[in-house]
Amino acid sequence: MEVSFAMTGKGYVLLAADTTAVHSIIKVKTDVDKIKELSPHLLMAYSGEPGAVVSRDTVQFAEYVERNIRLYQIRHTYPLRPPSAASWIRRSLAESLRSRNPYSVNLLLGGYDTSTYTPHLYWMDYLGTLVEVPFAAHGYGSYFALSLLDRYHDPEATVEEGLAVLRRCLDEVSKRLVVSPGKYKVKIVDKDGIREVEL
Amino acid sequence: MARRYDSRTTIFSPEGRLYQIEYAMEAISHAGSVLGVLSKDGIVLAAEKKVTGKLLDLSGSNQGGYGGSGEKIFMLNSNVVAGVAGITADANSLVNYARQAAQRHLFTYNEDIPVEVLAQRLCDLKQGYTQYGGLRPFGVSLLYAGYDPHYNFQLYHSDPSGNYSGWKATCVGANSGTAQSLLKQEYKDDITMDGAIDLVLRVMSKTMDSTTLGSEKLEFATLTLDPETKQPKARIYRPAEIDALLQKQGLGKKEEDTEMKS
Repeated sequence: MEVSFAMTGKGYVLLAADTTAVHSIIKVKTDVDKIKELSPHLLMAYSGEPGAVVSRDTVQFAEYVERNIRLYQIRHTYPLRPPSAASWIRRSLAESLRSRNPYSVNLLLGGYDTSTYTPHLYWMDYLGTLVEVPFAAHGYGSYFALSLLDRYHDPEATVEEGLAVLRRCLDEVSKRLVVSPGKYKVKIVDKDGIREVEL
Repeated sequence: MARRYDSRTTIFSPEGRLYQIEYAMEAISHAGSVLGVLSKDGIVLAAEKKVTGKLLDLSGSNQGGYGGSGEKIFMLNSNVVAGVAGITADANSLVNYARQAAQRHLFTYNEDIPVEVLAQRLCDLKQGYTQYGGLRPFGVSLLYAGYDPHYNFQLYHSDPSGNYSGWKATCVGANSGTAQSLLKQEYKDDITMDGAIDLVLRVMSKTMDSTTLGSEKLEFATLTLDPETKQPKARIYRPAEIDALLQKQGLGKKEEDTEMKS
């Protein structure tokens, strides 16, 4: 099952998502990038509903968001700030929900606001729920990750400390989840932009 | 000769001109002037009212809300104030459109519409009227004074063609040429808010039709940042406040009411 985690730290947001694409009992691909880079300082990890068959939805929506955020940036010479991008994405999900067939996708949006110098993390689901949070997770893995993050998360942590907490979460998921993902992709966004991190 | 190409807005003349747009700008050059000056910590807008008279009922603007709707200066959103010059009815229509555009942006993005984005929306609308539909263009020029976190204080001017540009200080309407040259001489990049208010009032007194400045003929607004909340504060002055300001600057009327000639 698709799982993703995220947490804020001192001047950064850390996002991690599994890299498996599954069809019934087969792992079709094990190096999928499920964290889209919407703009120089905005990351979005997407995942499907637990047990959902329609995994096409997730990519469709994620790419729709990516291209529209990019269009805004090109049209208006500056990128959308994380709170505004979150509102736009949430609005799209809310409208999708009230259409003939809604997108079934959950998101974690992490960004660095370059005008206020603050990191932001948002948890969004397919119903159009939007909350700003210090840490978050989606999927079955969230049952383990959230309690660990409750205990160990520090909003002023350095990148290394944040990665250590992330490792705890990933280890717990591997240990306890029946169908746990093997590999994860980890990305970080801060004042200098986006970069991938090796765990 | 030009007559043949006048009646349809959406066609070019043989010399490559769009006459309807030029005529629209001509209409604006007879309208009451609007002046805007950008300073380090805010923007000042002033406008000359043409619709005046003893019988005019101004009780609405004297006591009403935030002075959101005058004759010349309007609040488009909490972070943008606009001054209009030209055909009043056209201006009202555009102001209404701008207000809706600002709210649509707020609805989708949960943020105050950036000033340039708002100017672009209006300009896209105005440009449409020069290319499709066979309808005449809007006979309005607007000055947009606004604040957003991206580019701080900004002043834009848009005209009937749907073109816009950013300014440090500019003027539209009657006598705008005179005002513009005065501004060019006097404006300094590091001008303060008080300096801008002073400059605006001085230039208005030189270019306005009437002999002295007063709240019957002048509309005045400022856009600043609240020092504590750091949020933009749009202030459209009430007539009493304008008179008080003029007194403070030493530009107010000394005697009693002077009757307006119609």
